[in-house]
Amino acid sequence: MAPHNNSYPSQHDLPNVLILKLPPSFVIFGEHFFDSAKFRFLKAYESSLPLPQFLLAHAQSVQAILSSGGAPVTADTICLLPNLRLVVTTSQGLNHIDLSECRRRGIAVAGAGTIFSADCADSVVELLIDVLRKVSAANRFVKQGLWSSQGDYPLGSKLGGKRVGIVGLGNIGSEVAKRLEAFGCSISYNSRNKKPSVPYAFYPNVGELAANCDALIICCALTDETYHLINKEVLSALGKDGVIINIARGPIVDEKELVRCLVEGEIRGAGLDVFEHEPDVPHELFALDNVVMSPHNAVFTRESFEDLRKIVVGNLEAFFSNEPLLTAVNLDDQPHFSG
Amino acid sequence: MNNISVLMTCPMFPYLEQELETRFNLIKLWNPSSSKPEFFKNYSNFIKAVVGNTKVGADADMIDSLPNLEIVASYSVGLDKIDLDKCKEKGIEVTNTPDVLTNDVADLAIGLALAVLRKICVCDQFVRGGKWIRGDFGLATKFSGKSVGIVGLGRIGSAIAKRAEVFGCPISYHSRSKKPNTNYIYYSNIVDLAANCQILIVACALTEETHHIVDRKVIDALGLKGILINIGRGAHVDEPELVSALVEGRLGGAGLDVFENEPDVPEQLFALKNVVLVPHVGSDTEETSKAMADLVISNLEAYFKGEPLLTPVL
Repeated sequence: MAPHNNSYPSQHDLPNVLILKLPPSFVIFGEHFFDSAKFRFLKAYESSLPLPQFLLAHAQSVQAILSSGGAPVTADTICLLPNLRLVVTTSQGLNHIDLSECRRRGIAVAGAGTIFSADCADSVVELLIDVLRKVSAANRFVKQGLWSSQGDYPLGSKLGGKRVGIVGLGNIGSEVAKRLEAFGCSISYNSRNKKPSVPYAFYPNVGELAANCDALIICCALTDETYHLINKEVLSALGKDGVIINIARGPIVDEKELVRCLVEGEIRGAGLDVFEHEPDVPHELFALDNVVMSPHNAVFTRESFEDLRKIVVGNLEAFFSNEPLLTAVNLDDQPHFSG
Repeated sequence: MNNISVLMTCPMFPYLEQELETRFNLIKLWNPSSSKPEFFKNYSNFIKAVVGNTKVGADADMIDSLPNLEIVASYSVGLDKIDLDKCKEKGIEVTNTPDVLTNDVADLAIGLALAVLRKICVCDQFVRGGKWIRGDFGLATKFSGKSVGIVGLGRIGSAIAKRAEVFGCPISYHSRSKKPNTNYIYYSNIVDLAANCQILIVACALTEETHHIVDRKVIDALGLKGILINIGRGAHVDEPELVSALVEGRLGGAGLDVFENEPDVPEQLFALKNVVLVPHVGSDTEETSKAMADLVISNLEAYFKGEPLLTPVL
């Protein structure tokens, strides 16, 4: 009988990482995307057992969960996993994780850190230029052969000199500000707290920010405080020449009200990567040329997914080696989202 | 100045027409009466100024038919539709509209690059067509950090570079000569530039030397990982070669604001998802159109008052 070689632990010796639902990364890249020699995945979605029973069956062995935006980590789930000490999420947002419960139980949460900030900021710039300069609409116009038959396309609006109001000046908001400044925009913002060393004008409430900008950019987290933050009053303050760009979370905006404003011409236009009830998008928007939409995929680039792979595997390997996490979330600083 | 006759070559911008009409005796070349032979017999001697644009400028024939022409004020920064040699020879002043449109054109160049790499037009179509409910979109390419190569580092090229830098894009360029005071990498040969960048942006003036400057060799050097953005002139690019490269999948993608035979655009490009096409709208914003029109008017007023031209070309 050959001696057992301790350098190559068998699959049974590897710690379990629970995955509740199939993550987008697996859909695109296959189920070995986050493979590592240091842990193995326990895939709840492959079992015929209902989730609570599955969790009960594996409760003792689960120390870590790999979550994605569509796979919430609720208090109920956490409750069934007494040895859970880490939640790693593949998403930028944390609203799908019961952060208060994690804090109470001493469960660490590792997020995406700043790996997605560039793509998110690029998406904002792309959507804003598209809405103001009518890029997608003009592309449709040309590709339908209308340039020869109908003549010149209607004029757009200049980006330079526009006042940009950023809701949430975190890492993504800062990357947006840096970019739009280079296009000659002036920047102001609203955030939970005024940032001391930042050269931009601070507005203590979103309504005032909206009243004093031409383009309102949503870059904040979805929490109990920011749910429907962008409501009728804010949209009214933004006004007829205002544009709204949302790459954060759909529920931050009162979508019914936004649709009404767009249909009735009460704001200039919108660039939206996120919606309240994805993948359902209000059909009224489909007929509007002053709206540009993407299917919640601002960070879906090859490059960001490769960065994600490194950080997810890195966090899990660090955890199982008792080393510091790469992108630990400070739970003391995170407001809750009740969902 | 209402007795001064100014010829406008084609419809450009209603505000410009109105402003010209209040100040001068405006003659519109596209009016049915203007195209008749009698027009030139009756009016051509009176015309002292021509306002042209990127569609209809002031070529040799037109200049020859207007014996008392003194100034051509172009509603554009590009001068490729004006016979500059003839103007020089006849002592005709020429003005254009630099600077006021620089930012809009640079914004569009970056907007097109973002749109091609990140596939926003395709994304929008996907959502509009109700496809999101049934499936996922797939992956795009990140823009930040990609190497940008600019052909022509003049006002517009520099403005493009300044924007791209903020996205962490390394900048290189090709120009007639190396520019002092920049840290960007210079390539004296455009094929080398194309081989060493992922986003090639055409931003130079159209001259005899730059006609078809983006040819098969450049397109091959740019290749599968590269995209071409043209906000210059259609004639900068060998269009049939570009179309073959895109249709045959030899070039990563293209964002085009200009074409060799506007408003005709090669139909083989219409179905390509890695191609974004816009109808020569580089400076087409309300704000910039007005600024350009004001500059045309200011130049004409200055000329006829005997004051220095604001933006003379010759």
